[in-house]
Amino acid sequence: MTAVDVAPSEVRRERLGRIWEHRPGLLGWLTTTDHKRIGLMYLFATLVFFAAGGVEALLMRTQLARPDGDVVSPNTYNQLLTMHGVTMIFLFIIPLTTGAFGNYLVPLMIGARDMAFPRMNALSFWLFLASGVFLYSSVFMGSAPNAGWFNYVPLALKQYDPGPNVDFFALGLILNGTSSTAAAINFLVTIFKLRAPGMSLNRMPLFCFAILAVSFALLFALPPLTVDCAFLELQRKVGFHFFDIAHGGDPLLWQYLFWIFGHPEVYIIVLPAFGIATSIIPTFARRRMVAFPLVAMAELLVVFIGFGVFAHHMFATGLASVTLVFFAAASMLVVIPSTIQIYAWLLTVTTGRPDFKAPLLFIGGFIVFFVMGGLSGIMFAAIPFDQALTDTYFVVAHFHFIIFGAAVFPLLGGLYYWFPKVTGRMYHERFAQVSFWVTFAGTSLTFFPMHIVGLLGMTRRVYTYEPQLGWNAYNLIETIGGFVLAAGLLMIAGNLVVSRFRGEPAGPDPFFGGTLEWTIPSPPPAYNFAVIPHVTSPYPNWDRADRDADEDRLERGELVLEHGHETPATTEQDAWLEEILEMPSESPWPLLLALCVALAFVMLLWSHPVVAAVFLGCGVLTLAGWHSDEPVEA
Amino acid sequence: MPPAACLVLLLAGCGGNQNTLTPASSPARAITQLWWVMFVGAVIGFGSIVLLLFLGWSRRKRPGLPGGGSERRETGLVVLLGVVVPVIVLVALFVYADVFVMRSTAAPKPSSTAMTIHVIGHQWFWEVRYPGTRAVTANEIHIPVGVPVDLVGTTADVIHSFWVPELNRKVDLIPGRANRILLESDRAGRFRGQCSEFCGLQHAHMAVAVVAEPRAQFRAWLRNMARPAAPPRTAAARRGEQVFLAQTCSACHEIRGTAARGTIGPDLTHVASRQTLAALTIPNDRAALREWIADPQHVKPGVKMPAVPLGPGQLTPLVDYLESLR
Repeated sequence: MTAVDVAPSEVRRERLGRIWEHRPGLLGWLTTTDHKRIGLMYLFATLVFFAAGGVEALLMRTQLARPDGDVVSPNTYNQLLTMHGVTMIFLFIIPLTTGAFGNYLVPLMIGARDMAFPRMNALSFWLFLASGVFLYSSVFMGSAPNAGWFNYVPLALKQYDPGPNVDFFALGLILNGTSSTAAAINFLVTIFKLRAPGMSLNRMPLFCFAILAVSFALLFALPPLTVDCAFLELQRKVGFHFFDIAHGGDPLLWQYLFWIFGHPEVYIIVLPAFGIATSIIPTFARRRMVAFPLVAMAELLVVFIGFGVFAHHMFATGLASVTLVFFAAASMLVVIPSTIQIYAWLLTVTTGRPDFKAPLLFIGGFIVFFVMGGLSGIMFAAIPFDQALTDTYFVVAHFHFIIFGAAVFPLLGGLYYWFPKVTGRMYHERFAQVSFWVTFAGTSLTFFPMHIVGLLGMTRRVYTYEPQLGWNAYNLIETIGGFVLAAGLLMIAGNLVVSRFRGEPAGPDPFFGGTLEWTIPSPPPAYNFAVIPHVTSPYPNWDRADRDADEDRLERGELVLEHGHETPATTEQDAWLEEILEMPSESPWPLLLALCVALAFVMLLWSHPVVAAVFLGCGVLTLAGWHSDEPVEA
Repeated sequence: MPPAACLVLLLAGCGGNQNTLTPASSPARAITQLWWVMFVGAVIGFGSIVLLLFLGWSRRKRPGLPGGGSERRETGLVVLLGVVVPVIVLVALFVYADVFVMRSTAAPKPSSTAMTIHVIGHQWFWEVRYPGTRAVTANEIHIPVGVPVDLVGTTADVIHSFWVPELNRKVDLIPGRANRILLESDRAGRFRGQCSEFCGLQHAHMAVAVVAEPRAQFRAWLRNMARPAAPPRTAAARRGEQVFLAQTCSACHEIRGTAARGTIGPDLTHVASRQTLAALTIPNDRAALREWIADPQHVKPGVKMPAVPLGPGQLTPLVDYLESLR
């Protein structure tokens, strides 16, 4: 008699819950392959690194608050300068955008139950964490990288930098690169193969387009960096001559390889932020994105053109005029995909019925800063201006408006936007809006005056400056701005932490968002979707009839996949159902493999190649365990 | 635009003599003009975006459900504002900046100018040579007013970048390469510059001064620079010379006309004629020089010059001697 009372859909949800249940406790986190848990681990780890990078920045700003400052020594300053750059780029923003936001959201947005390679996903995280711990262990040993995040040779060669500082840099970045490469491959396969039936490419959320573009960029941009770092280590440790002019090498080789990575890198940093903007804007403007296909193409195009602009970082190195002109033209061309997106965002807001809640406020701030940084960016495509102002604070202003204003602001908006989804609770809206204005003011105060001191001739990467040069007041304002900015960020953190415990229950869809993650409960169950949704438009949550049909299919048990760890695979373009994939469950092998690789890198650092080889051998053994059959769980 | 006007006043009115907005040569003027043109363009572009954002703000909180709206008109607007307008503006900027301004800031062809100066970057000072003469100096480059000079930049160690904002753009000094720029000033004056490529611990204290002076004055200066050091005249200075030669000073520094032939540090043949020491870090007077020799690491931490243990009986004559090297 009791069986009649329970709806079949509830029985199915319960069964799915049992199948996908996490192992309890710490061991559950260490062995997890759940993209949401991995995303959260990425989030917490990157926020710790963000705090470290922020403290480094504040120390530098304190040193520069007054001329002839003596808060830190030149040596400490150079380490702070290098670690701030390395941390923010490799340990904060890339792993936060792809690792945390991408991991958590991509499967939810495309209607999948996990990433395509869940164990490789876990491996990415552990390798990333290992690279972060590896790099930061140098700080505790007092020999952090000190040749700048761009690490130009010959300054970074043993001759001028004999300590292990630069070795930490080079090996740490190679390790970090393996993590990002694995993540990029995972995203590509996930996005092409695991989309819900019906989600053809033209119906895919723009956030996923952004992650797709970023993954392509990572895949092609990281090898030059890895090669560059490998060359450097071979020269430093083994005595090769890649960069040594006396033996037929060339110091500019470092710069070419570095910037072939380094400029696509900029788009790797900002594109996920664009994706977040294109998620938040339609929800709060309450209309579909204007010029959706154009925006999707622009996201892919920016990456493609972005590979052809790198030499504008080298305009003062004495390259031939024809080279300069080519790269200047490409640097102007790359503006077009961005202007398409800017006007698409703006016109979506102005032709919609915008509700300026905190997430949209952050997107508004993002647009202001992105335009500011973009306009100063165009100036650097004017070769003579670049040759005058490069390596001054004008550049520092420009790229902080891009990397902090344009990349981090959407992330902060995104933290608020998806907080109810992840925790099931609402953040405090009023306090969130106040935190926006404080952060906005702090960012403007910190970075805007840098344009002016740059024009007044203040060069970058200086640990101090002289009082008679007219830079004092601006520098003091920048430092004050830095602390205001830090206060704004702490307000955001405080809001989210308190709301996590005290916030109002959010329900599955507090903002009436358009994409699939809003169709499921908050926080999402381990299996994500009780029934694999069928998608007919880019905003499936606004298609009520389709969602009601999903409920019916759940009742009937159609495409529920309730007999094991399973998710459907579909065709790459049109997303026709192809087959049902068996997904792995929790596994200790990713963590063990990452540990072996990390230890091998530590041994390389200390010049014990044989021991390093032994650890790599252990890594191969863990791969054997990885590929052995898993025990079937009942 | 009142804020923009304020900014113009702010920028033009202040700053020391390392200011890109107070050019003193035709290439630097071309760059400054390029900046102001781009600045006006940027203000217009930024203003239009902020205007659109305010339009959105003014429409906030209108009731209604999510919907499509008209797609065609908006897409057309995106194409117009996001593709057509920027393409026109960018092509114009490209022609102006990357063809015309670039021509006026181009490096001179080898031996197309009456004068050539070699600048060699060192951690952390600038070695300056005048080819065709024996003149060697450091950190203070003298040029005649109104005479175009071909500046050839190389480096003795890591990458440096030579930049005197009021005279021209910058040029990197890279191992194995000789990069050149035009150095010219159309008025007399002292123009400050600074190393612009991160070069290690004392990158912040690697400044350079270009002194532009009337031709006759320049020629006199150059003649003096080319001469070896005059023998010391006072007893104290003679003792100072002996200290210099006996201690490790001479291993790194050259004083032409003496046995000191070091090439690691700056040439000191006419050190007293320079206005500053340690790449413009401290003034060149007795007190500063004394402090510098006694404890260089305190003045410029990380500098390659070691502290040489000298008693007061050695230090004072040494300062006397060096200050006599005019």
